[in-house]
Amino acid sequence: MTLLSIRQLGLSIGQKSILRDVSFDIGPGQIVAITGESGSGKSMTAFSIMGLLPKTAAAAGQILLNGIDVLSLPEAEMCNLRGDEIGMVFQEPMTALNPVHTIGRQVAETIRLHRSVTRAEANQIAAKTLERVGLPPDQFPPGRYPHELSGGQRQRVVIAMAIACQPRLLIADEPTTALDVTTQAKIIDLLRQLVREDGMGLLMITHDLALVAGLADRVVVMRTGEVIEQNSTTELLSNMRHPYTRMLFEASTHTVNLPAANTTRPLLEVQNVKRTYALPRTHLFAAARTFEAVRGVSFAIREGERLGLVGESGCGKSTLTRAILGLDAVKGGSILLNGEPVFSDGKPNLDVRRKMQVVFQDPYGSFNPRHTVSRLVTEPFHLLEDPPKGTDRKVIVAEILTAVGLSPGDANKYPHQFSGGQRQRIAIARALIIRPKLVIFDEAVSALDVSVRAQILDLIADLCRQYGLTYLFISHDLHVVRTVTDRVLVMQAGQIVEQGDTEKVLSDPQHSYTRALIDAAPRMPDLDAYRKDAAQ
Amino acid sequence: MLRYTLKRLASLVVSLAIASLVIFFVIEIAPGDPASLMLGINAQPDTLAALRAELGLDAPKWQRYLEWVGGMLVGDFGTSYQYRTPVAEMIADRLWVSLPLALYALTLSTLIAFPAGIYAAARRGRPGDVAVMGATQLGVAVPNFWFAMMLVLIFAINLRWFSAGGFVGWDKGLFAGLWSLTLPAIALALPQAAILARVMRSALLDVLDEDYMRTARAKGLTAGQALWRHGLRNALIPVLTILGLQFAFLLAGGIIIEQVFYLPGLGRLIFQSISARDLIVVESVTMLLVFAVIVVNFAVDLAYAAVDPRLRQRT
Amino acid sequence: MTRNLILGATLSSLVVLAALLSFVWTPFDHASLNIPAKLMPPNATNWLGTDQIGRDILSMVMVGARTSIAVAFVAVGIGIGLGVPLGLWAAAKKGGWTDEIIMRGNDLIFAFPSLVIAILITAIFGAGAINAIIAIGIFNIPVFARVTRGGALSLWEREFILAARVAGKGKAHISIEHVLPNIANLLIVQATIQFSLGILAEAALSYVGLGAQPPTPSWGRMLADAQTLVSLAPHMALVPGCAIIITVLGLNLLGDGLRDWFDPKLRVARV
Repeated sequence: MTLLSIRQLGLSIGQKSILRDVSFDIGPGQIVAITGESGSGKSMTAFSIMGLLPKTAAAAGQILLNGIDVLSLPEAEMCNLRGDEIGMVFQEPMTALNPVHTIGRQVAETIRLHRSVTRAEANQIAAKTLERVGLPPDQFPPGRYPHELSGGQRQRVVIAMAIACQPRLLIADEPTTALDVTTQAKIIDLLRQLVREDGMGLLMITHDLALVAGLADRVVVMRTGEVIEQNSTTELLSNMRHPYTRMLFEASTHTVNLPAANTTRPLLEVQNVKRTYALPRTHLFAAARTFEAVRGVSFAIREGERLGLVGESGCGKSTLTRAILGLDAVKGGSILLNGEPVFSDGKPNLDVRRKMQVVFQDPYGSFNPRHTVSRLVTEPFHLLEDPPKGTDRKVIVAEILTAVGLSPGDANKYPHQFSGGQRQRIAIARALIIRPKLVIFDEAVSALDVSVRAQILDLIADLCRQYGLTYLFISHDLHVVRTVTDRVLVMQAGQIVEQGDTEKVLSDPQHSYTRALIDAAPRMPDLDAYRKDAAQ
Repeated sequence: MLRYTLKRLASLVVSLAIASLVIFFVIEIAPGDPASLMLGINAQPDTLAALRAELGLDAPKWQRYLEWVGGMLVGDFGTSYQYRTPVAEMIADRLWVSLPLALYALTLSTLIAFPAGIYAAARRGRPGDVAVMGATQLGVAVPNFWFAMMLVLIFAINLRWFSAGGFVGWDKGLFAGLWSLTLPAIALALPQAAILARVMRSALLDVLDEDYMRTARAKGLTAGQALWRHGLRNALIPVLTILGLQFAFLLAGGIIIEQVFYLPGLGRLIFQSISARDLIVVESVTMLLVFAVIVVNFAVDLAYAAVDPRLRQRT
Repeated sequence: MTRNLILGATLSSLVVLAALLSFVWTPFDHASLNIPAKLMPPNATNWLGTDQIGRDILSMVMVGARTSIAVAFVAVGIGIGLGVPLGLWAAAKKGGWTDEIIMRGNDLIFAFPSLVIAILITAIFGAGAINAIIAIGIFNIPVFARVTRGGALSLWEREFILAARVAGKGKAHISIEHVLPNIANLLIVQATIQFSLGILAEAALSYVGLGAQPPTPSWGRMLADAQTLVSLAPHMALVPGCAIIITVLGLNLLGDGLRDWFDPKLRVARV
C-alpha cells in the first residue's frame, strides 16, 4: 500500500499558477526525490503536503496520506498530523531553530505535543533522539542553545525534532544545500540510516542530481510547476525520455573545452600571507585574542594560467580573496602583482588594482539597482587615468556586452530586467572592460541553476579563447573547478594543504583532506554505463 | 554573564561621567549670575562677592565640578540658592510624586499595549488588526497634555469623579494617592501605549516571518501556540528597548503633565528653579533624570541577556 | 495599503495649504482683538469661535500652522544635515574608533530625556522659536545618524559596494554614489516621522511658554490659554488640539504609506 499518494495536485497563489497536475506516490521505506531548477515548484509541493501554504494559496486535487486526503482536513487535525505522522527538515539550519530555547526543549516539545508523557519522560526521549542523530548527551548536552552548535549539528537537531515521534513520512527540503560538502555527506548518511531503521518514506527535495542518483529509489523531475518525467532511479538514468531531463543531467556534468594554457612569467605572487581577526576578550582584562583566518599562504599565478582554489566555508578563501584584491591589509607576507605590492603604505595601490577585477557570487547583490548596465559595466573606468568618453565609451560598452553574449541595446536597461544568468554575464563584462591582467571569479557560478551554470562556464572558456584570460577561480564545487582550471589549490583552516595540476590532484589526491573532500562530494554515475546496462 | 554585566556596568559609569560634564558646563555657560539675581541689581559689589563665596561660586570651575559630583555620590546635592535648603530634600519630596506617576503610567501602558499588540499581530490584516492599528495611529498623534485637558474636562469638571488637579499626598492612604494620580497617569500612558502596541505588533510580525516559526508549525503547533511559545520571547527584544526608553520619557513627560494637573513633582520643581535661576537645583534634577535613564537602559541591557542566550556569551 | 498613503497625503497637504493660505488670506487678522465678541463658540462670523480676548480662532490656527511646520521642518533639516553624514561616515568606518565615537555620542544624546533638555535649553538661552528648533533638532541628529548607519551597514555588505571598491572608489565616493541613493527611501520615511514628532514637541514647548513668543501664534500656546477656560469655552482647546492631531496623524499615515509603497521591510526607528 502506498504511504503518500498525490493526485492531480494544483496550486495557485492569487492569479499565479504555481503547480499544475502534479501526481506521484511514495511507499513506506521508499526514498523519492523531487528535482528541478529554481521556480520548478518542488518546495511548494512539499509545503502543500505539510499544509503550510501561504493564506492566499488555493490548492486543488488530492494529497492522500494513508488514504486520508490532507487537503480536506481541518487545521486542528493537520496540527495533529504535523510532527507526528509527517516530519519536515528545512534548508537553513542556521535559522530553523528558535535561538532562545535549548535544543533539548525544542525536541521535547514535539514529543509533548503528540504523546501524553510527562515533561521528564519527554526530556528523556528527546535526549535519546538527539543521541540517535549523532548528538550524544555527554558531548552535546540537551541544555545547549542553537548558537553553540555548528550548521551541521543544528541540522541534526532539526532532524531530531522531525523524527522524534517516528513519523511515517519525512520531508527534507534541500536539507544539505546550506552545508559544506563533508557535512553534507554525513547528514545524507544519517537520513538514509533513519529511513532504513524506521521504515519511513522520505521525500527528498533537491536540485543536486548527483545526490538524487546516489540516494533516491525514485525520481520526479519538475519544471515550472509541472512534473516533466518520473521513474525509478535506475530506469530514469538509463532511459531519459524527456529532453529537459537529458539537458539537466548533461548540464550538471557539463565540461567545457578550455583552450590550452599558454603560461609565461609569474603574474601574481602571494608570499607567506597572514591575516588575523580580533576576537572578543574572554573577560574585561584578558589579553586580546585573535583568530588566524589565513596562516601563511604562498602561491603564484603565471600569466595565462587558470588557477582554482577550493575549500569549505571558513577555510579562509574569502579573506584571502579580499587581501589579493587589496580590500584589506594583510598582517604579514606580501602580495605582488607584476612585481608591485597591491597594498602599499597602508593604502591600496591603484596602479596595481587596475590590472585586477573580480566577479562575485550573488547575481542579485552585485549591482546597484539604480544604475543602468552601461554605468555598471563602466565603473572600473574609475581606475583609469584617462577613461574613454563619448562615442569611444559607447563602442567599448557595446563590444564588451557582445563579447559576453548580451546585445549592445542592453546598455540602457536596469539590472532587474535581467535573469540571474544574464546578470552574471553583466558582472563578467564589468570585470573585463578594462582588460585586467587577472580576473578573480569568487564562487561566480555557485548561485546559478545547472543549465545556466553550464552556459556561463562555456562563456568563460570562450573568453579564454578570445582574450587569453588569467584567472583565479574560487569555488567549493570540485566538478566545476576540474573543468575550468589548469592548476588547483586546496585550502583548509587558513593553509594550502595541497596544490598541483587540477586533473592530477583530483584524480590522485595526496593529502587526506583533499581525499575527504573528493569522497564526500556526491558523484554523478556514469550515464553511458547505465544506458549500456539497459540495452543489454 | 558576569563579563557582560561588567562591561555594561563600565559603560554605565562612563556615560554618567560624560553626562555630568555636559550638564555642568551647559549650566556654566548659561547667562545670569545666581548671586546677582538673588540680591537684585542694586547689590553692593562686596555683598555680592561675599554671597558668591558663600555659595562656592568663586572656586575654579573644575573644583566646583568635582565637589558637585563628589557630593552627589554621597547623596549631597548641594544647597538651593533660593530656599537655602538641601536640594536632596527638595528632590526627595518631589520624587514621591513623579516616580509613582511614571511607574503607574508605565504599568498602564504595558497592560494596554501588550494585549493590543499581540491581538493585532495574531489577526494581521483582519478587521481586528485594522481597528487596533487605527486606534494606535490616533493615539500616537494625540499630544498628552491636550489629552490631559480633555480628561479633566470630562472626568473632573463634568462627571466630578476626580479632582481637577493637585495631589492629596500619600498620608491620605495609598488608594487616595493613586486615585489622584489616575488621570495624569492615563494621560501619560495612552499615547505611550499606542506606540508600544505598534512596536509589539511589528516585532511579532517580524518574528512570524522567521524560519523557526515555520519549524514550530511543522512540529504540529497551531498558529496561536507557535506565536505564544516561540514568537513572544523573541519579539520581546525590540519591545524591551522601547519599554526602557518609555520609562525615561514618562519620567520626563511627567513634567508637562504635572503642569496640567498642578502636581508637586520634579517637573514643577524644575520650572520654578529655572525661573528663579536656582541653577544648582536645575543641574541636580537634570542629572537625576539622566541617571534614571542610564540606569534603566542598563537594566534593559541585563534584561536582553535574560531573554536572549546569545548575548550571555558574546561581547 | 495605498489607503494610508492617500489619507496621509491629503491630511498633510490640507495643513500645509492652510499654512500657505494664511500668508495671503485669513478670515480675520489673527492678532486683532474684539473684546465684546470674546469666548464665542463657533458661529457664522467666527467659524471656529473666538478666544478670551475675541481673536478669531480659525485665523490663529492657520497662522499657527506656519510656526509648527517651520519649527518641525528646520529641526528635521538639522537632523538630516548632521545626522546623515555622521551615519554614513560611521558606517564607512565600521568598527573603527570614529564609528565608536559617533555611536557612543549618539547613545549619550539618547540618554538625556529629550523634553527635559529642550526645556533646559530654551529656559537657559531664552524662550523662542529659534531655540525651540535647536532643542528639537539636536535630538533628531542621533535618530538620523542611527537609521543611516543601520541602512548603510547592510549595504556595505552587498557585493556591488565591493565591486565599487575593486573599481578603486574611495569610501566617501561610494557613500555618496552608492549608499545614499539606496537609503533615500528609508530617510524620507524617517523624516516624515521626525516631522510629526517635531510638531508634537513644538506644541509641548510652546504650551509651557518656551516656544514661539507672542505675537506669533502657536498651537501650544493657544492650548495653554484654553486651559483655565476649558469648561467655559471647550472649543478653545478642541480646535488647536484637533489641528495638532490632524497634522501628526496625516504625517504618520504618510510615513507608513510611503514605507509600504517603497518597501514594507524598511527599518525605521520609531520611538
